[in-house]
Amino acid sequence: MNALELKNVTKRFGEVVANKNINLTVQSGEILAILGENGSGKTTLMNMIAGIYYPDEGEIFVNGKPVTISSPKDAFNLRIGMIHQHFKLVDLFTATENIVLGINDKHKFNLKDAAKRVAEISAKYGFDIDPKKKIYEMSVSEKQTVEIVKVLYRGADILILDEPTAVLTPQETEKLFKVIKKMKEDGKSIIIITHKMHEVLSVSDRVAILRRGEYIDTVVTAETNEAELTEMMVGKKISLNINRTEPKDSTDRLIVENLNLTNADGVKVLDDISFTAKSGEILGIAGIAGSGQKELLESIAGLINSSKGNVTYIDPSNNKNIDLRKKTPVQIRELGVRLSFVPEDRLGMGLVGNMDIIDNMMLRSYKNGHSLFLDKKPPKKLANKIIEDLEVVTPSATTPVRRLSGGNVQKVLVGREISSAPTVLMAAYPVRGLDINSSYTIYNLLNKQKENGVAVIFVGEDLDVLLELCDRILVISSGAVSGIVDGRTAKKEEIGLLMTKAKGAKENEEQKN
Amino acid sequence: MDAIAQFISRAILQGTPLLYGATGEIITEKSGNLNLGIPGIMYIGAISGVIGGFFYQNGAQSVDPALAVIIPLLCCLLGSLLTSLLYCFLTVTLKANQNVTGLAITTFGVGFGNFFGGSLIKILRSDVPYLSLVKIARAYKTTIFPFADDMGSFGQMIFSHGFMVYLAIVIALVSGFILKKTKAGLHLRSVGENPATADAAGINVTLYKYLATSIGGMIAGLGGLFYIMDYSNGIWSNNGFGDRGWLAIAIVIFSIWKPSMSILSSYLFGALYILFNYINVPMTYIPLIQMLPYAVTIIVLIATSIRKKRENQPPQALGITYFREER
Repeated sequence: MNALELKNVTKRFGEVVANKNINLTVQSGEILAILGENGSGKTTLMNMIAGIYYPDEGEIFVNGKPVTISSPKDAFNLRIGMIHQHFKLVDLFTATENIVLGINDKHKFNLKDAAKRVAEISAKYGFDIDPKKKIYEMSVSEKQTVEIVKVLYRGADILILDEPTAVLTPQETEKLFKVIKKMKEDGKSIIIITHKMHEVLSVSDRVAILRRGEYIDTVVTAETNEAELTEMMVGKKISLNINRTEPKDSTDRLIVENLNLTNADGVKVLDDISFTAKSGEILGIAGIAGSGQKELLESIAGLINSSKGNVTYIDPSNNKNIDLRKKTPVQIRELGVRLSFVPEDRLGMGLVGNMDIIDNMMLRSYKNGHSLFLDKKPPKKLANKIIEDLEVVTPSATTPVRRLSGGNVQKVLVGREISSAPTVLMAAYPVRGLDINSSYTIYNLLNKQKENGVAVIFVGEDLDVLLELCDRILVISSGAVSGIVDGRTAKKEEIGLLMTKAKGAKENEEQKN
Repeated sequence: MDAIAQFISRAILQGTPLLYGATGEIITEKSGNLNLGIPGIMYIGAISGVIGGFFYQNGAQSVDPALAVIIPLLCCLLGSLLTSLLYCFLTVTLKANQNVTGLAITTFGVGFGNFFGGSLIKILRSDVPYLSLVKIARAYKTTIFPFADDMGSFGQMIFSHGFMVYLAIVIALVSGFILKKTKAGLHLRSVGENPATADAAGINVTLYKYLATSIGGMIAGLGGLFYIMDYSNGIWSNNGFGDRGWLAIAIVIFSIWKPSMSILSSYLFGALYILFNYINVPMTYIPLIQMLPYAVTIIVLIATSIRKKRENQPPQALGITYFREER
């Protein structure tokens, strides 16, 4: 009998179909991996099992019986537990306090007994955790362990892990997999969401593949291989008909050498990244979300300080090299480097939502001029020009930008960034959440910049777009460059494989040989 | 010796309203609500008690000591409860900004107190700008420890007060125990630290915020009542309560959000507040001495910020309105 079964489950968010007719089964004592790209609907699907979302259509069966899961509490009662990617823990509390938080049983509230049970569970599955340690003193993997124990403490038989290895070091991952296998031997069903191919192959019994919210297939891990899984994950190439011109008079504009960055948790987010961005060319950056794209752009823009490496800008007017590392955005601008950055977080980093379009224009130029009073004429002219040129749909230039639709917000932001006639333009996910027409407007804008001789760096998530828009594509995986391919000749599967290739995977292959 | 005993005795009386306010605010802040309306709520607690006491003293033929205590007490609790509920409704249900709402409630509370205080004085057609509830105050000031008189000056210093002095200590200790040792306390602290986590764990964040803020507000209101009925001997004069509400909020910081700590800090602040009466300083320097409690609070705030010990920081979600759908 299936421990868990989904039949034709569909979930929509407004117009967007996040999950369409998904069918899944999990048995007791089995590890099922859910594989899919970003936005393929993996987390949405799991959230429906954990009671965070409610499916629009379809049925869920637990141990053969149809069930309704409308809240996390219902899920607990059905012995389903989910370990979220973003931990839900109170920093100031001890492990035990976090584990018992919210449990309303008839037992007397006794933290000592609870700590004893936590220790028992830890011993049983081989966790290494101090029940009295506070969360803020813990490493990421310890926090994850607390989350897992929390679920086991409530007596879960079906465990869902949402990208559990995203934040772990290879050694910690190894340890986690041992624990997962032990839980499997104990008869528990484990669902693990991941997009790392070697993990799927090493830990799971079966793999279910999702692509763009649709269920593709479930295959037995032992009977498949990396290439087959990648093909199912990325699918066949779709033609988009984006114009792409040949780069003209390309010269080196921005040289990044051996860039390294370690974050506050001690995890290496950038690992020896080197590449060159050339003028008159669009360089695409492909990778699973959170592989270091954001950190890479921010280190170049001077928003974060990389720990090691070089960023050199070559001035087109005199071919002089300018070192950009350890400089603030203002210093970079004062050096005469015309670097524009369209960040991923439009209304957080790019624009101020409550200010109107004119005022947002001034965020780039507020340092100009020496008068006590603001000179609103140039920004007003610029705002009106952008509204006209880019066909921004807005009641007026004095409308707060947060009231505009996503596509129009992006047009305002890109418009402002290209208005300063940059020589390097970095754009992170500029078409995320945009409809087709707005997306094409942005592609055309980027192409126009390229024709003007700008070195464009485009971070994207849709491989079809990257393959049709970019001249070269830099693929990064876990903060390291896993390959640079030609946008005109590369195959989608090839990029897919590079994206999921981890450092550990290479070593595994070598061991096999 | 007697002078010192008298000083400490006055410091305890002076510190008690602060202790009520601080305990109430700590409980409130533990739920993540930064209720800056506490000074106003203390005013409303005071005037509600005064209204109840006024009509009882002037309406009843003879004043029964038990009723003289209970009627103003219940009125005070009701007044501060309603004000706290208003704060909760605005900040928790309607998600209004906590600082703005709190300051508005403080302004409102002071005005409310002065308006009704003034009205009662008008009713009496009194020549003096204050209202006297001596009979009620007598009931409040009756000592509950009959042996206090036999204990000399130091015994009197500690045991000769009305019951509300001791109630304040009991409430502070019980609050500390509940916060630290019980399930409800753990849940409340989780709401103030990380409401999203509490929500995911099945804790009713809204309920905890309402409960903590209401209970905290009622405790703070008692501080206002104590000030009128015990400290001022039943005399209400407009603006008489002064800036004690703000001092109570300063004590919350000074006690690093621990109710047990707030007992001693309240008495210390009470002592600093009246210190100028007992030392020989020129009139011009008195404001400098009166400034001491605030100066000490700033020093503590700087010290805890520098040390960055996580346990001594304010609740992490303090002052932040919780939206479930926002990530």
